[in-house]
Amino acid sequence: MPTPTGITRATLRKDLRLEWRSKDAVNSMLFFSLLVVVVFSFSFDPNAEESRRIAGGLIWVAFLFAAVVALNQTWAREIRNQVLDAYRVSPAPANSLFLAKAIGNFIFVSVLEALMTPLFIIFYQLRALGPTWQLLIVAALGTWALVVNGTFFATMSLRTRSREIMLPLLLFPISIPALLGMVQATTAILIGEGARVWIALLLSYDLVFTTACLVLFETVLNAE
Amino acid sequence: MNRAFPILGILTAILLSYALYVALVVAPTEQTMGDVQRIFYYHVPSAWTAFLLFFINFIAAVQYLVRRNPSNDNVANWTLITVAVVTCIASLVIAVVPALKEAMPKDVQPSSIGTTGVIIAAAYFVIRKFFSVEAVDALAVTTAEVGVVFCTVVLVTGPLWARPVWGIWWTWDVRLTSTLVLWLIYVSYLILRRFSSSGQTPVMAAALAVFGALDVPLVYFSIWIFRTQHPQPVVGGGGSIDPRMLHVLLMNWLAFLCFAYLVCWSRYRLEIMKREVEEAQALESLLEPRSATR
Repeated sequence: MPTPTGITRATLRKDLRLEWRSKDAVNSMLFFSLLVVVVFSFSFDPNAEESRRIAGGLIWVAFLFAAVVALNQTWAREIRNQVLDAYRVSPAPANSLFLAKAIGNFIFVSVLEALMTPLFIIFYQLRALGPTWQLLIVAALGTWALVVNGTFFATMSLRTRSREIMLPLLLFPISIPALLGMVQATTAILIGEGARVWIALLLSYDLVFTTACLVLFETVLNAE
Repeated sequence: MNRAFPILGILTAILLSYALYVALVVAPTEQTMGDVQRIFYYHVPSAWTAFLLFFINFIAAVQYLVRRNPSNDNVANWTLITVAVVTCIASLVIAVVPALKEAMPKDVQPSSIGTTGVIIAAAYFVIRKFFSVEAVDALAVTTAEVGVVFCTVVLVTGPLWARPVWGIWWTWDVRLTSTLVLWLIYVSYLILRRFSSSGQTPVMAAALAVFGALDVPLVYFSIWIFRTQHPQPVVGGGGSIDPRMLHVLLMNWLAFLCFAYLVCWSRYRLEIMKREVEEAQALESLLEPRSATR
């Protein structure tokens, strides 16, 4: 009998391999956020001073929309051939599956961010005035905040009509504090102010909702 | 529907018209804002009613999730009893130890901590006593819908007042924004209920309600860091209020609570009846093939 971490690792490895061979999620996210970057650049004149002030919001809105593209596909492969039903009747703990999916989404969105950030820097002539390493913390905490709730709500929207629309409707209102935290932290670092309090907020958001997801996931997965 | 409903309806109508009268005629005119301030007698009671309904919705959601499993139910009951006892002890300790009393914010009485704990536990057990597991979900639908209506009243009357007094319709202040986010969360809750297939709706909705309730403090805190402009709460906060105005406000709140109760009651009955009809139809469609072969 495999351990819970073993199940997590196996599911994660399977998802990563599938993604590596098809590159569905990452490609569509990449193109989508590229479009967002280009469209945003029409709406204002991207000179260095102004873009530094609004880049935080811009980057995160682009990543948020792109993340929804990936999150919506979280369970797509599990629905085909009733994989999810098979998982539900197996004795494997539900949280192992949840963690695998959340970590998988975290990796996809992180890859997207790593690829898109250089483009943002080039297009909007960004240069951080504050400590750049803090941006890494903000990115990690913020991405986790998005994907942990996103994976959970994707499970919920699975059972609804027009599920692709449902996910953002559920995810965005709940994510408002996290978004505010990410945007403010990023802007504060870019213009050279302290971002400690926002990072603390993101951290508490992550802790609260990771716990909530782990407590409630089994109930939602098995809801009939 | 028994006789109590029309009686309560008439009483509510009388109470609402009396509240309207005292709000528009009896209450003294505010010194600086003038008559515009009278919207306060609708704005604040609506807000309190909406928050109360959302609070009941949260308790109903937790109960729906917890009571489906007896051991979880036990744990939840003991947790609530512990919360009530611990908060009471905490408020006693704070009241007795001067150093802790100093550390408390000025306008918070130590006893309020204990009161809050006891009220939460009491509300939980009252709902637990009077509603079965299925009924608790109907209660959740009802309170969410009526709560959204009252919250909408708050969000509409707020800008009406703000325009003449602040000179702007809207500002991204902590109380305004938190209320708006709360409204958004509950609208998404109602959309989820509308769109999910019937059997799984209660569990999904209850989970979302729990997420929403967890989100509210984070929303409030995050926007509080961000900025604040709303006037300090005049009741129980730092501000002062004319006793006559307070009387009018409370009278309005009573009328609004009666009205909310009335609406919730009829909506709740409707929901229960709807479920009975659905059940009967399901049963009928199960029996039909047999009767056809006869």
